Amino acid sequence: MSMAAEERSARAPWALTAPALMLFVGVLLIPLAMTVMLSFHDWGQYKGIEPIFILKNWHEIATDPYYAEMFWRTFRIAILTTFLTAVLGAPEAYILNRMSGRWKSFFLLVILGPLLISVVARTLGWALLFGGNNGLVNKLLMSLGAIRSPIPFMFTETGMVVALAHVMMPFMVLSVWAALQRLDPQIENAAMSLGAGPVTIIRRIIMPQIMPGVLSGAIIVFSLSASAFATPAIIGGRRLKVAATLAYDEFLNTLNWPLGAAVATLLLVALVLIVVGSNALIERRYAEVFR
Amino acid sequence: MSRNGPLALIFHTVFVVVMVAPILVVCLVAFTPEGFLSLPTNGFSLRWFRTILNYPEFIHAFWVSLGLGALSSFVALLFAVPAALAIARYRFRGRDALAALFLSPLMIPHVVLGIAFLRFFTSAGLGGSFAALIIAHVIIVFPFALRLTLAAATGMDRTVEMAAVSLGAGGWTLFRRVTLPLILPGVISGWALAFIQSFDDLTMTVFLAAPGTETLPVRMFLYIQDNIDPLVTSVSACVIAITMTALILLDRFYGLDRVLAGKGDTGR
Repeated sequence: MSMAAEERSARAPWALTAPALMLFVGVLLIPLAMTVMLSFHDWGQYKGIEPIFILKNWHEIATDPYYAEMFWRTFRIAILTTFLTAVLGAPEAYILNRMSGRWKSFFLLVILGPLLISVVARTLGWALLFGGNNGLVNKLLMSLGAIRSPIPFMFTETGMVVALAHVMMPFMVLSVWAALQRLDPQIENAAMSLGAGPVTIIRRIIMPQIMPGVLSGAIIVFSLSASAFATPAIIGGRRLKVAATLAYDEFLNTLNWPLGAAVATLLLVALVLIVVGSNALIERRYAEVFR
Repeated sequence: MSRNGPLALIFHTVFVVVMVAPILVVCLVAFTPEGFLSLPTNGFSLRWFRTILNYPEFIHAFWVSLGLGALSSFVALLFAVPAALAIARYRFRGRDALAALFLSPLMIPHVVLGIAFLRFFTSAGLGGSFAALIIAHVIIVFPFALRLTLAAATGMDRTVEMAAVSLGAGGWTLFRRVTLPLILPGVISGWALAFIQSFDDLTMTVFLAAPGTETLPVRMFLYIQDNIDPLVTSVSACVIAITMTALILLDRFYGLDRVLAGKGDTGR
């Protein structure tokens, strides 16, 4: 290769990525930095936003128990949602993977399809199913004898977790599904021929191999649930606040932007730390699977 | 033949029913002939679909969503295709960091993005404008456009390109006549997936939309906040129908699991 060509090929990747890079710096990194700065500004009912450096908002979040309670609720809902999707989604992905070709692709479409359907429409569906004390879900559960008195779903954390788990389920199934694709079916057969029963096979052969898939699915589900907006806003109503709906209120109702920016910054930092931390843990624990 | 036992099949049936139920109930209630929320017990009626026509704000929001989705996905591809080619073909310093930056909108909560864009565009004097919505949507759909283009560019047979080069093609001709046609399926699927993401986004858009630039999900959300009636179910049923059509087309032409799993990420 000539000198000129070599020089060109060193410059080419930068020339090709420069437009996208400028776009991302200009309208992603700068706005994010502005938001972090905004959280240190002052605000008053009449004076509006005052661009001075002040720790007022952070102090308020740190000391007012309202925010501790709200963040704890946010993470509690996210943890329960993650748990529910893992416990139900992993077996379903396994069952799906054992189906024959045509059924497999049909049910994959049915289960993954909702991922692309409007969250508002899906949550509306749950609001209709929950619908007060004599909603369809309660009627069904009572006629099955599973419960005696109706469970309140609307405007409760229970309802939020159920609806969120439904919204997030495709991510978990997809993640476990991807792990199952890497699994060699011969290992299962080998275990069977050596006399292992179905329970042993699932516990000793399948589980360890799909665990990375479950965990990476759990990280996605957790971070999306902790920052979810539509479902908590519709099912939780105006009183049961989570981080995203509180930030929305501060920005569009109270108009206390600096406080809302502080809530959003804290949510972002907490999620980044949790996601990066657990990713590192998983990769170290399952280094051999990822190689 | 299925290798699942009866217990597994029962679990599977219940699972699928629960997954489909909320979507199905919305579509069923949309056909109710009654004036209140109910499952259509005495006959189906298109009454609530006709009612949509009396609500110009829903119609307008639909066109805003459609235009916004189409345009922002297209603009995102204008930036994503060259970037994907660079990441797929060259090993250069900062490549991994760039790829991580370009995929980062997937990691950042949309509520945070909404707030950041609201702050940014308000100070830039673009608050509530359609232009602001386009730019914001370009950012959030960019990872989807990039991933599918990247998958196509990584899996592409380079010998055809080399043949074209040896025959004297270069630069723009090479891209337009050889490279682009070869990666086109990935690019089109990337556009479609980006479109769906933009069309469905509520969390970020709700911060940016003003009266006149409200998208359909935002309009539906604000409506639901006040009251839930059969009208919003018929609007939802239309949205579900549109998405399902796009979904089935995507599945036919590209394979849904490939689209969603975003295989061939950064080539690691």
